[in-house]
Amino acid sequence: MITINKVYRQLFTKAWIWAYVGAVAVWLATIIFTQGQGAGQMLSAALSFATFSVIVGIGQMFVITLGPGNIDLSIPANITLAGVVAMKLMDSQNDLLMLGLLASLSSGFVVGVFNYGLIRVLKIPPIIATMSSSFLILSCAISYGRGLKIKPPEILADFTTIQFFGIPLLALGIIVLTIIMAIILHRTVFGLSICAIGQNPRAAKLAGIPVELIRFCTYLLCALLASLCGFLLAGFSGGASLNMGQEYLLASIAVVVIGGSSVAGGFSNLPGIWGAALFMFLLVTMLNTFGLSAGVRLMLTGIIIVAVITLSANNKMST
Amino acid sequence: MSISPRLFRSFLPAFSLSFILIAIFYLQPRTVSYFGVNLLFNLALPIAFATLAQMCIITVNDLDLGIGAFVGVVASIGATLLNDTPLLGVLALLACILAYAALGALIHLRQLPSIVVTLGMSFFWLGLALMILPRPGGSSPVWLREIMTFKTPWVPFTIIALFVVAITVHWLLKSSAYGVILRGVGGNPTSVERAGWSLLKSKVVMYTLAGCFGVLSGLALIGLTTSGDANIALRYTLLSIAGVILGGGEFTGGRISPIGAVLGAMTLTLTGSFLAFLKISPDWQIGAQGGILIIVLALRALINRAESSK
Repeated sequence: MITINKVYRQLFTKAWIWAYVGAVAVWLATIIFTQGQGAGQMLSAALSFATFSVIVGIGQMFVITLGPGNIDLSIPANITLAGVVAMKLMDSQNDLLMLGLLASLSSGFVVGVFNYGLIRVLKIPPIIATMSSSFLILSCAISYGRGLKIKPPEILADFTTIQFFGIPLLALGIIVLTIIMAIILHRTVFGLSICAIGQNPRAAKLAGIPVELIRFCTYLLCALLASLCGFLLAGFSGGASLNMGQEYLLASIAVVVIGGSSVAGGFSNLPGIWGAALFMFLLVTMLNTFGLSAGVRLMLTGIIIVAVITLSANNKMST
Repeated sequence: MSISPRLFRSFLPAFSLSFILIAIFYLQPRTVSYFGVNLLFNLALPIAFATLAQMCIITVNDLDLGIGAFVGVVASIGATLLNDTPLLGVLALLACILAYAALGALIHLRQLPSIVVTLGMSFFWLGLALMILPRPGGSSPVWLREIMTFKTPWVPFTIIALFVVAITVHWLLKSSAYGVILRGVGGNPTSVERAGWSLLKSKVVMYTLAGCFGVLSGLALIGLTTSGDANIALRYTLLSIAGVILGGGEFTGGRISPIGAVLGAMTLTLTGSFLAFLKISPDWQIGAQGGILIIVLALRALINRAESSK
């Protein structure tokens, strides 16, 4: 009895558990509606699509952990540019795969350096800096990718869509990445410095943490992850498009918040990101399965997201 | 230099607008006319209203990532309900404003991050707009079209309207007693509260004002386009933030400027024409808006540095 109690307390006092509870609830509601049909496929699809939200979510989470005001709004534009650049350079050829990946990451690198440069040199809040830079990045992508419809190289398309017993290979890879990131956040000097800055920037500075260097690395990491997401997403969806990044602004922020990380920074967790990403995808699937029109679906998505945020804020206040 | 950095900073929005306007006049002298100016600033009014809505939210240290979608809802209502059954249309618009007020209360009472809530709400608004108007169409009320295309003597209607709106809101927020309290909420909420003013009420007032400006933006927009579209104003979300910043607004601390915000919105409206006259592809329009934003912010950083070195 004591052990059950202990397990219960261990689990349900974790902020991230609610995202999983939500995901399972939504999944059950859907399969009850379909009378069990497609339950497995739905999970496979959820894993596949959640992967992309998780990649950008991790980056956004690191940035948000830095404390109030830290957020990256350039993620959608960054995804689009990375996807467009990679597709154009690789030109559907398998042997140019590495070049494409490198080009994507380089574009992410430049974006990250530029973002931080604006924040630092112009002394402006990150929201404005990343928003201004996203205007420029998106224009670059539009101009560079005019009339673009290039298929991804076969290897990339296969790699991003292949499944083992219903589990997408890509999802496995990103689960490993999530674990590595969790270790970085909770066990390395870099990760702990990010949390320290988020909890109290002044104290962190007085404690000798190189605050600006850590911030630079965090924004860079976020931009690199977004460009990786752009590269993989273009492979997954059969090519890059100019609005491919659009939905990832909400997704990247929502998975962090729904996943139980503190919006005010300083306290974050990685398991929640997966739970939240699965929840978000399954939610849309559920509304689709119920046969609702696009308008109703969007409205319900909005209401549920706001409701979840309201509830989770309440939850955190009471504990 | 005898000009103080502070003065220079408050004139920056006007400088940037004049710079682009003069460049356009130079590139295409035919725009220096009643008709030309009217065309250049054709879409400035709805953008200016959206910018003022955003400014209200920024005043209390929040940010609204759903205003563009909200303007879309208003446009959809305006092109359908307001035209077919005016009474129902007006009630629907009032309900929209009430929803904004409620949003302000929710964000304050639960201490929610406005960015996430409004981003979530943007889905709600877009969905609502799609339900009202599933595909582009409808028709704006005739009276609305007549107002928006009203021909005033000497100076185009748009310019007069922008001027009047800017002065009114400036007076409201900068000179009236309650305006000072409202801005104080962004500056130092604790001291405003200790002085006996309700923070909840201030936030609700600002969100309500934002809702009103959102409605005005949507109505002005369909008065110009004559029909509605749910996606019509999604760009306005980021444009409005850019407009506030261009207009000299600070992101925190309730430091805002309504006149500046209107000038900022006008500057952003001009970028499209500016690029066209420079024969640069419209692909770069958003990029140019970002570029102007960065240049202005850089100038402001320089001014601030000059100020602090004094």
